[in-house]
Amino acid sequence: MPYFGSDETVKELKRALSNPNVQSDRLRYRNYVLRVIRSMTQGLDVSSLFMDMVKASATVDIVQKKLVYLYMCNYASHKPDLALLAINTLRKDCADPNPMIRGLALRNMCNFRMPGITEYIQQPILTGLRDKASYVRRVAVLGCAKMHGLQPGTEIDASVVNELYALLRDPDPVVMVNCLRALEEILKDEGGVVINKPIAHHLLNRLKDVDSWAQCEVLTFLLRYHPRSDNELFDILSLLDDFLHSSHAHVTAATLRLFLQLAAALPAVQADAVLRVRGPLLATCGAQSRELRFAGLCHVQQILRSQPEQYGAHYKRFFCGYSEPSYIKFRKMEILVELVNDENVALVLEELRSYCTDVSPELAQAAITAIGRIGRTYSEPCLDILTGLLALKQEHITSAVVQTFRDLVWLCPQNVPAVCHALDGSEETIQDSEGKQALLWLLGVHGAEISSAPYVLEIYIDGLKAELSPTVKLELLTATVRLFLSRPAETQDMLGRLLHYCIAEESNMCVRDRALLYYRLLQCGVQETKKVLAGPKSDPSMAVLTGRLQEPIGQWASIFNTLEPLCGAESWQVTASGPESDILAQRTEGDAIPVHRTEEDVLAGTAEEGLSGVSHTDEELMLSAGPHLSHEAFERLWLELGVSHCEALGFPRPHSAPETLQAALQLVKIQTLAFSRGETLPWKAYVYTHSCGTLILAELLQKDSEDSEGSLVVSVKQQSEREQAVQGFLTVLRRALHSLSMEN
Amino acid sequence: MISQVFILSSKGDYLIYKDFRGEAGKDSISVFYEMVTALSGDQPPVVMTHKDLHFIHVKQGGLYWVASTKVNPSPFTIIEFLNRLAALTKDYCGSLSEKSVRMNFALIYELLDEMVDYGYIQTTSTDILKNFIQTEAVSSKPFSLFDLSNVGLFGAETQQSKVAPSAAATRPIMSGRGEQGGKNEIFVDVIERLSVVIGSNGMLMKADIEGEIRVKCYLPSCSEMRIGLNEEFSIGKSQLRGYGAAVHVDECSFHQAVKLDEFDSFRILKVCPSQGEQTVMQYQLCDNLPCAPPFRLFPTLERDYGNRLLIYLKLRCDLPPKSSALNVSITVPVPKGSLSLSQELSSPDQSAELQPKNKAILWEIPRFPGGAQLSALFKVEVPGLSSASLLEVGPVSMSFELPKYTCTGLQIRFLRLTPTQPGLSQRWVRYVTHSDSYTIRI
Repeated sequence: MPYFGSDETVKELKRALSNPNVQSDRLRYRNYVLRVIRSMTQGLDVSSLFMDMVKASATVDIVQKKLVYLYMCNYASHKPDLALLAINTLRKDCADPNPMIRGLALRNMCNFRMPGITEYIQQPILTGLRDKASYVRRVAVLGCAKMHGLQPGTEIDASVVNELYALLRDPDPVVMVNCLRALEEILKDEGGVVINKPIAHHLLNRLKDVDSWAQCEVLTFLLRYHPRSDNELFDILSLLDDFLHSSHAHVTAATLRLFLQLAAALPAVQADAVLRVRGPLLATCGAQSRELRFAGLCHVQQILRSQPEQYGAHYKRFFCGYSEPSYIKFRKMEILVELVNDENVALVLEELRSYCTDVSPELAQAAITAIGRIGRTYSEPCLDILTGLLALKQEHITSAVVQTFRDLVWLCPQNVPAVCHALDGSEETIQDSEGKQALLWLLGVHGAEISSAPYVLEIYIDGLKAELSPTVKLELLTATVRLFLSRPAETQDMLGRLLHYCIAEESNMCVRDRALLYYRLLQCGVQETKKVLAGPKSDPSMAVLTGRLQEPIGQWASIFNTLEPLCGAESWQVTASGPESDILAQRTEGDAIPVHRTEEDVLAGTAEEGLSGVSHTDEELMLSAGPHLSHEAFERLWLELGVSHCEALGFPRPHSAPETLQAALQLVKIQTLAFSRGETLPWKAYVYTHSCGTLILAELLQKDSEDSEGSLVVSVKQQSEREQAVQGFLTVLRRALHSLSMEN
Repeated sequence: MISQVFILSSKGDYLIYKDFRGEAGKDSISVFYEMVTALSGDQPPVVMTHKDLHFIHVKQGGLYWVASTKVNPSPFTIIEFLNRLAALTKDYCGSLSEKSVRMNFALIYELLDEMVDYGYIQTTSTDILKNFIQTEAVSSKPFSLFDLSNVGLFGAETQQSKVAPSAAATRPIMSGRGEQGGKNEIFVDVIERLSVVIGSNGMLMKADIEGEIRVKCYLPSCSEMRIGLNEEFSIGKSQLRGYGAAVHVDECSFHQAVKLDEFDSFRILKVCPSQGEQTVMQYQLCDNLPCAPPFRLFPTLERDYGNRLLIYLKLRCDLPPKSSALNVSITVPVPKGSLSLSQELSSPDQSAELQPKNKAILWEIPRFPGGAQLSALFKVEVPGLSSASLLEVGPVSMSFELPKYTCTGLQIRFLRLTPTQPGLSQRWVRYVTHSDSYTIRI
């Protein structure tokens, strides 16, 4: 940091500090020392005053002593030889009758970060460990950790470790916690402090005596402990119970994390604990400190991954306050989307609607996207709101609405007529390239239902020279070719002009190549072009994949109460637009056809089934839950792999509640990733499992007719082909589903 | 495990810097400042990461309070710790501002030295810390006429003689060390924050109250204090007590030092307050306001001939006639591109202006008595006004302060110190309700 007149200041301070008149006047002396510290904080290099400051440390004035020590800790590593001069004074202070002076000196001496200091501090630390004043013991215990930190790689002193373990029984709670901290650092290479049964119980019993900071730390250390028996476990849980309701947010969070970890095998207990911190957590979400509020919201989001229904009734707590900073508002909107249900949907939408006209464009767009997300489940009211927003004719709003429409019709084809009707006239307002791309995509894919589609495209083609964004041009090419396929008479002329311009005049290689590609494709004939370009117009199964599903609590318990839920921009983007951006990528390419089985596959599958229809009862128990698969990973694999096996199971789908189905499959080690909600048809479910060293993915599909027997079709994909594994999997699956159907 | 703690002014000046573990260099301050100033509005700034160093910060009193760490600690712990550090600084220095931190940097270093060792939080309790803190606070605000501008915050304009001036509670807790007596005061504040959403049909959509009882204590010695709440105070759904107007809250939590043995039967909190400020009780009430919401708005929107939009607002204050609201400001969003505003207000002390940047009208009323009704007519010139533009008007948001008023009706019946302090101790009880967020849809 540049500092003007720095040399002058240092010189002046040096003169003053060595002036005997100043030294004899306590107040003036202290004031000059203060000025040194102030300059140090501001970034000025005052290390040349070290000698004078060492002299200043020999004083009875405690305030001055503290200031000088602060100075010395800062510069000791720069001036190790001079710092040694100060050691003597400090060691003398370590034997002072006043415990405060002893502690102060010992603490600061240990803070000198310079080589060779250890030989001087070892003895005072060991003496300090046995000091009668708890204040000194606290300092000495951490001194052990500092000493270890100064000489990494040296052998661990077993006697010190033993002494620290013994000090865990110290009557002073801070000494106890400091011992844990020091041991953790000293024994880092060996896996940290060992929490065995006596220590764990000792810590649990002392938990009430220590302050909230120490409570948190002790609770975190206890994460390491695994109770031996159920009785012990429940004793511990009931002891922890009070802390779930602590008035300190950090204690509540730390307790919940420990609770979830201890009760990992008891989902009901976990769910109950989560329910019981709802009150304190909601209070944190309304805390006065914005940062605390934000932390609370981020952790509520984690809980919502498993139990959205718990917070459904409290949706109003997540309405945005108008003076809140936007990062809090964004989180609240995400939460509102998660917890929407039949009862609150009307009011949540009304609230979100009022954010759409917010003065901040980012916030308005986020609100519109949020409405679109809710629209996947509750299309009608959402479409009404979005259509109403188009009337405002504002750039950023219209653009966001059109993008939302695009995502919505891809997932929910039933909305196509309404969307096509609403689009009319929006081309006049949209200015940004994201919005233009979305509009063009809609015009291309659903052009048959939008009467004005050719005219709108013509406007864009006429204005092509002024268009800057290559991605818009690419989208325009694809859209025009697609529209040509559905409405050739109106489009032919402009398509010719567009291709001509792009091939002859366009400077962007990518655009030109794409134009050439379409040109050649069209030369091959309309049928060929159709095969390539007219893929499916929507994919409802994606909605199943990207839709919400209640994850088990164990999924997030390990990151609860860490920085991860709050963490920065990168992960924020991943969570906000991960799955969708994948879909968009496919769509703009225009040629990827997701999740489509060919006839051959199906036939091959059934043929195989006929050959090896014998059930392999011996291998059936080889399934294992294995590592968890994320939605994204599943989606990727599913798209990559071909169907290795497909068969009809011979009975309809079980009509039990989704949770029951999920639990039943979990029992036989089959993980459920996603399934359609309720009685919708076609009904789908995606499951996976590990067996014989391969990963098995499967789709269960119930086509429309419920009454005809045997319409539940399962298609299996495998990472590496293992016929046995598939057969085993099918047997297990069939048995599980069958027993479920019998129950109903 | 905290690596460094530093305090920066909003302009990025280094006020306090303390390195506890020597893991990261001093340049991390400038790294942090660059990161925090480069953030766009939609990015959450609370946790930021540079290489393997995490910065966690809170903003209080216009200053950045930052902790850096190399491990993955509990965010709640660090945030609460920084808040506590700010609160302690406020207690010891009297107020929280760049100036007071600058003037008392030695004191803050001393505090930090005792609070944290090697990155581990040792203690933050005032009772323990006061034994170790030797530096005396430099009061940053001796006396200034300008201080009088916020008199009335806690209702100083009543006729009663025993009213605490609003600045009384903003002095350092330790400054009376030499001259005992005269300053033996204790303040008990009941503070409620109101967040309300009123629908376009006048229906109450949401009404939450977050309340707290805060004690600010200047008594040097610890003696037990008994705070009596309304006897009809009930918590949760079922309980109903007494015959009077019941005071009801949904959830309630207490400071761990509060003894509750007389709470169930007599609604008495027993606490030994330590010096400085602490929250003894926090409570929430959701969706069940015992009183009418303090303000109702009756808006009329009209499209005048041409491009003029007429907004006629009638605002009624439903407080009891004895109370009144202060510093009321009303923000009315207007269509994009609004050019100019002409207004008709009912009294000269009100003001209204068009803020094109926020596309909103800001209407300010310094004082609004209970039961009164004020109206305003705004004529806004909007080029290209369409009927859809009317959708952009609203929702109206308000901010205000209600001194001497609690929405839940929570009262402090009595405040007793045992053993009774010799003569000079003064006890103050103050009530205030703030608007956290008060939104009225049009």
